[in-house]
Amino acid sequence: MMYHRKIFRKVGLFSLTLPVYILIFLPVIWLVSSSISNRSDLLSSPTTFFPKHPTLENYINIFNPAKATSEVSKTFVRTLGNSFLISSSVTFIALFVGSLAAYALARINFPFRKGVMMGILGTRMIPEVSLVIPLYLLASRLGLLNKPIVLIVTYLSFALPFAIWIMSGFFETIPVELEDAARIDGCSRMGILYQVILPISAPGLISTSLFVFLSAWDEFFFALIFTSTVATKTVPVAIAEFTGRYAVDITAMMAGGVIAAIPPVILALIFQRYIISGLTAGAVKG
Amino acid sequence: MATNSLRKQDAKIGVLLVIPSLLIILGITLQPVLSTLYLSFFETPLSKPSGGIFIGFDNYLNILKDKVFWATIWRTVYFTVVSVGIELILGIAVAQLIHSHPPAWKLLRTCLIIPWAVPTVVNGAMWRWIYSADYGALNALLLKFGIIDHYIAWLTNPITAMNLVILADIWHSFPFIALIIQAALASIPEDLDEAASVDGANALQRFFSIRLPLLRSAILIALVIRTVEAFRVFDIIYVITRGGPAFGTVAISFLTYFETFTYGHVGKGSALSFLISLFTLGMAMIYIRFLYKPEESRL
Repeated sequence: MMYHRKIFRKVGLFSLTLPVYILIFLPVIWLVSSSISNRSDLLSSPTTFFPKHPTLENYINIFNPAKATSEVSKTFVRTLGNSFLISSSVTFIALFVGSLAAYALARINFPFRKGVMMGILGTRMIPEVSLVIPLYLLASRLGLLNKPIVLIVTYLSFALPFAIWIMSGFFETIPVELEDAARIDGCSRMGILYQVILPISAPGLISTSLFVFLSAWDEFFFALIFTSTVATKTVPVAIAEFTGRYAVDITAMMAGGVIAAIPPVILALIFQRYIISGLTAGAVKG
Repeated sequence: MATNSLRKQDAKIGVLLVIPSLLIILGITLQPVLSTLYLSFFETPLSKPSGGIFIGFDNYLNILKDKVFWATIWRTVYFTVVSVGIELILGIAVAQLIHSHPPAWKLLRTCLIIPWAVPTVVNGAMWRWIYSADYGALNALLLKFGIIDHYIAWLTNPITAMNLVILADIWHSFPFIALIIQAALASIPEDLDEAASVDGANALQRFFSIRLPLLRSAILIALVIRTVEAFRVFDIIYVITRGGPAFGTVAISFLTYFETFTYGHVGKGSALSFLISLFTLGMAMIYIRFLYKPEESRL
């Protein structure tokens, strides 16, 4: 009797999970199946859910500028490189500079500590649109538009406060006794940070770099405003440009979309443990 | 005496460690916010940024008198309330489902990460194609199930378009809420639940009177973060509708973008930006109140 009830419960619960799987995967399957369809199948009615003639042509074309199907897809590989360069630089700087501040905020008592912490939390909330006009005017006066550096610097406006906030959360969870022991052994503050705190915080650092990298990879607004040439354009801008004013390069947009989604999705899945611990530490992409 | 000077030295190190971050943050956030305020008192063409004419509060007065501005505000509020509301309900429901440990619950939790990790612009592109009037999956699916009898051009009606943009946003963001709430649920001691169960509380009672109150802070955090994010929505609108049809999906960030970079009204755009900053500051204050608890553990 009890046994039957248990089975019932399991089956009932499992059937509740099915709609969630459908909700998650239906759009994704459609995206992927469109990306392996040829153009004439895609642009034919009635719409079919699975490609009649599956092909990797769209992927090959997008990696081969000579075969590109539109102006934007010619430069897609370049924009992938730009996105990697910019996102990694932002992550590196935010972690390097931010870890110092995060440690101080978590552990050292100094004047205005609380005020600084609140200010950092507050700036995390400022929308990009509130910063963009002066930054744009400044960048154009300095001739920095369409240079990767302008995106690296402006991305720090969300990446740095964010990194400081998550890392100080992680640092706070490290027992003070560990530090005290190191201090008795004559370790300086910097010594403690680099030899004691950072090594134990590896999971926290991985989680932080993941969140920062993903949010930089995702960023669209600054990239749209500050870049218009191939030299700096990032992947999100390229994807948006596939839907031009007059024509939509749908095959390139689907294949490009899948390619743009692969690095963050793979990273998030591999490091899902860190994502979940990051979320519980109050870490949030956005 | 010795400890006192040590403490002073420590404070000095603390300040030194914070200064690089502080300088960067002041330079790229506080300074632009203040410049925006300054620019908002001028009428400045984008093509000639140095040729601004001082006009005092006129930009603000014009904005507050403008019907387009108020329509945009209400549209943004609609977007925010509907998308965050549904995301919250869906997020809590899915979190509770995972917490009940159905078969393969870990797999379900892993799958939730996928929509969250898909870049916003890709998400927009995907839904735009789903909504396509002639070749989209939405029409094909609804026709197959007999819900519609002919293909519909979804994105030509402003209200439908807005709701479909909301649907795309929900798909992208409910997993975030579900994951946060699920983590919070997992941290609730099980004996609390068992004790109530022994006392005769049924599953619904246990959810509403034990778990929900304990989830309060996690829900608040998720709510405030998502509200601030939704209020500034831009990317997904840009990709799916470009603000159309007939301004039907223009939210406040989008209006600012149009005003500044399409029409070239730097002053008016700055005034709009500054109003958004003020609003966000209000939200941030609520946020800090709930989030900044130095002595307690977070969440």
